[in-house]
Amino acid sequence: MKASVILFPGSNRERDAARALRQATGEAPAILWHGDRDLPAGTDLVVLPGGFSYGDYLRCGAIAARSPIMQAVGRHATRGGLVLGICNGFQILCEAGLLPGVLMRNADLKFVCRMQHLRVENAATRFTRGYAPGQVVKFAIAHGEGNFEADDETIKAIEDNGQVAFRYCDATGRVDEASNPNGSENGIAGVFNERFNVLGLMPHPENLIDPLVGGVDGRPLFEALAAA
Amino acid sequence: MGIESLKARVTVTLKSGVLDPQGKAIEGALRSLSIDGVESVRQGKIFEIELDGGDRERARKTLTEVCECLLANTIIENYTIEIA
Repeated sequence: MKASVILFPGSNRERDAARALRQATGEAPAILWHGDRDLPAGTDLVVLPGGFSYGDYLRCGAIAARSPIMQAVGRHATRGGLVLGICNGFQILCEAGLLPGVLMRNADLKFVCRMQHLRVENAATRFTRGYAPGQVVKFAIAHGEGNFEADDETIKAIEDNGQVAFRYCDATGRVDEASNPNGSENGIAGVFNERFNVLGLMPHPENLIDPLVGGVDGRPLFEALAAA
Repeated sequence: MGIESLKARVTVTLKSGVLDPQGKAIEGALRSLSIDGVESVRQGKIFEIELDGGDRERARKTLTEVCECLLANTIIENYTIEIA
């Protein structure tokens, strides 16, 4: 597994992503700059980390999505290469058209920063096969624009194709308004593209890899990728 | 003689039906200021753009590309172009 983490001006979770990848793969990922035009030869996985690329100017992720490296990430995805976008990385993937939908301002206008339960909706992918279907996991969330929205037709297609990766829920796995931190349609916390080689999610699995800092529920995701 | 520049204004607004929590918050603030007569508020963005050529047809084409490629996310936003 050869992984690369992309660093945009304003990214701030790239080290967390790199640490999670190193723990799972035994190898430090390459850190690439947004102005680079190519991925290192043999790259299997690209990770777009969290943060506030370009200060969230225009729309979250909009400017990063048009940076030179994203052309290479797009070609990598078209080839079937794996792409993981976390938080701001998810916003960038939506803006780049590599994932459906958009991430809008949280419905209650508040930045949320806390632990959040999620239900694993599709455990049959290269990202999520380390989890059991329906398993409830606990990740950290920290975002102001995580409200996933798409038109009805797109939501239906995402649901029918099994493209929902994770849904916000309570500790028992129940998905309802009370367990939805940002107003996302159907409580969607993470989605795949149609080919299941691109995943974006708002929560931070890379921060749940060490029992010292709150749990290890994020590890199976990186371990599954390491074996992909 | 230099090429006459054109000034344009692009307005980007949320499509109707898309929840606009910022507009809603502004509505709430107006209510708390006791300003009557405001039915609803939708927030948008305005871009003032200068173009380096005097050809309006070409300017409109350029601005359409600018909007489609970057200024608007057409999943949720509409845009209008006015050339002065």
